[in-house]
Amino acid sequence: MAGRKTVFVDADILVVGGGMGGCGATYESRYWGRDLKIVCVEKANIERSGAVAQGLYAINCYMGMHWNENQPEDHVRYARNDLMGLVREDLGYDIARHVDSTVHKFEEWGLPIMRDPATGRYQREGKWQIMIHGESYKPIVAEAARKAATKVYNRIMVTHLLTDKARPNRVAGAVGFNVRTGDFYVFRAKAVIVAAGGASHIFKPRAVGEGMGRTWYAPWSSASAYALPILVGAKMTQMENRIVLTRFKDGYGPVGAYFLHLKTYTENAYGQNYEAFWRDSIEALVGDYVNHHPVPTCLRNHALLEEVKAGRGPIRMVTKEAFQDPHKETVGWENFLGMTIGQAVVWASQNIDPKEINPELTTSEPYVMGSHATCSGAWASGPEDYAPAEYQWGYNRMMTVEGLFGAGDTIGGTAHKFSSGSFTEGRIAAKAAVKYVKDLANERPQISEAEYEGLKKIIYQPLETYEVGRNEIVAGTVSPSYILPIHGLQRLEKIMDEYVGGISAYYTTNEPLLRRGIELLGMLKEDLAHLAAENLHQLQRAWELQHRVLASESVAQHTLFRTETRWPGYYYRADYPKLDDKDWHCFTLSRYDRVSGKWEMEKAPVYHIID
Amino acid sequence: MPTFVYMTSCDGCGYCVDVCPSDIMHIDTTYRRAYNIEPNMCWECYSCVKACPQHAIDCRGYADFAPLGHSVRVRREEEKATISWRIRFRDGREKNFVSPIRTTPWGSIKAPSEYPEPTAAAMNSQELAHEPEALKIGALPALKRDQLKQGLV
Repeated sequence: MAGRKTVFVDADILVVGGGMGGCGATYESRYWGRDLKIVCVEKANIERSGAVAQGLYAINCYMGMHWNENQPEDHVRYARNDLMGLVREDLGYDIARHVDSTVHKFEEWGLPIMRDPATGRYQREGKWQIMIHGESYKPIVAEAARKAATKVYNRIMVTHLLTDKARPNRVAGAVGFNVRTGDFYVFRAKAVIVAAGGASHIFKPRAVGEGMGRTWYAPWSSASAYALPILVGAKMTQMENRIVLTRFKDGYGPVGAYFLHLKTYTENAYGQNYEAFWRDSIEALVGDYVNHHPVPTCLRNHALLEEVKAGRGPIRMVTKEAFQDPHKETVGWENFLGMTIGQAVVWASQNIDPKEINPELTTSEPYVMGSHATCSGAWASGPEDYAPAEYQWGYNRMMTVEGLFGAGDTIGGTAHKFSSGSFTEGRIAAKAAVKYVKDLANERPQISEAEYEGLKKIIYQPLETYEVGRNEIVAGTVSPSYILPIHGLQRLEKIMDEYVGGISAYYTTNEPLLRRGIELLGMLKEDLAHLAAENLHQLQRAWELQHRVLASESVAQHTLFRTETRWPGYYYRADYPKLDDKDWHCFTLSRYDRVSGKWEMEKAPVYHIID
Repeated sequence: MPTFVYMTSCDGCGYCVDVCPSDIMHIDTTYRRAYNIEPNMCWECYSCVKACPQHAIDCRGYADFAPLGHSVRVRREEEKATISWRIRFRDGREKNFVSPIRTTPWGSIKAPSEYPEPTAAAMNSQELAHEPEALKIGALPALKRDQLKQGLV
């Protein structure tokens, strides 16, 4: 697009996304790479970006090794059990063995971590969780990252990665645009660490009016974590493994502190404990997994869903007893104010005081991400000191594209890393990236002018489409020539909801539905060439939508490939209703060919700590 | 909830525009004050509310499920390192909470480059920055190579 300024930025290490993973990567890059140029680029402002923007009330991944509370092996077994047997245990162990040093640094930096007055140790919420006053968690972590970076570029949306002119499987940088100035940015880098966000708003949310922004995962988590690597041919894993959350109704307020610390519990509309009632039928679907402790998250969702389908909803959290204790009441409220303020608003608006009323729970729409109780993401090389040969092709956390690293939501197979684990994974990826850059010495990948100039045209096209198309109509949003980002988003959410296992289908799909869904996603992809953006803000929405659509296609392809129901309560393949360890005790891998638009699927083995 | 801005309090400073993670707080070109351009992409994260020096931003719960008459007000005071909340129910009941937000002075974090430069041996080990000291255990744990096997558990 003529007239748009192009700004070139050279970096040794480029960190894409300044959330928890990206801040960890930026910090660690500087520690090991004192003389390197380290650039962090973020579409918002790292002060309050990513999933931790509004704060957290707990750190959900902390071993407490020096108090002999847990060992990394224990965390691996916990995550494996919760994900019905399938996690990258090499990667999970790696995060668990390092995460305590991350949390200890957070405390040194000024994060208020609660202490148990009796033991002097961190206050445990549950076996893995510690309680924090985390309103300023992100500003504190951002301060550390700003001090480490050569430069942080805020308000630049990265749309594509660049590859080397001569070697297409070698990353060479990234391009994007400044959401404020409209300038085009070309980043040239020796190594790139993608630490962008997972995917909210790919399935239709329960609230579709003004409240559609009150999704469980942040609405700005726009699947860049997946689209960026997918577009350059990186292999992805477990993209079918979407997550559904049982949360307080409408506000999606978290339940962890309520279950674990406040000892509240659930019951159906008639005051009955329903989980035990469904135990045997779950065993018929998944076998012995239902007998594991704690009961996997998806299976607890399943029991809730079956109970609601049986007509005994709403399901409620029994809070009245616990909230008589003023300390517990304070914890219950501060838990929301610290990380899901919207839930406090819902309760205030509906006069719900949990001291007097047991609040309703519901299951959310599905999300695709890699850091919570699910593990979608890129297939990455494991730690050098113990990863099996099939999991290792070079540097730790390097994807199947050379020089391309990842952390947080981006990396697949590593469930239950949460905020502290994502930061830790950023650190792991960064140390490996520094090593990679140092090993390269003076070799610098070459970007292709034709490639970035071509992308420049594509990136700004929606502004031009709007400019031209709007003159065709009198006023309003309906045009025969273009669709707006919100139109595309709502179409995507409807397709995914109805065909790929969203709320309106009770998370159920099958092969014919998936094939039809993929067909409709294909037409949506074609229509994205006619996206129109009225201004730079809408241009950001347009590219967020592009990323979401590509990630969604990957989810649909993976869901089609895995012919079993591995995680009932997350989703159901009605044509293969049972868990099938004989054929599917494996990871699903995909690779996207951006020229042909085809997906290649394969299986990869699962390695366990077996002792 | 989505946020909204009181006309008489906003002075158009743009702090909310600068911080909003969703890029939805913008300055209205006619009134030169901030407003929420896309309420349905608001996460109710309160980043803008907390950042507003004039306390001009408030929230009204999402129209599709929150009845009117409530408020959740906040004051984040960096110099006192506290955050104070006032929750007002539709029926007028109130609850107040105060929490600490930071235990060290703002800006006091030591940059990674201020630590002694790591040795080549450290670079080639599996240890990350500040390890093993920051782990507070003697050495970084590791699996043995043959501990990871295929099969069911």
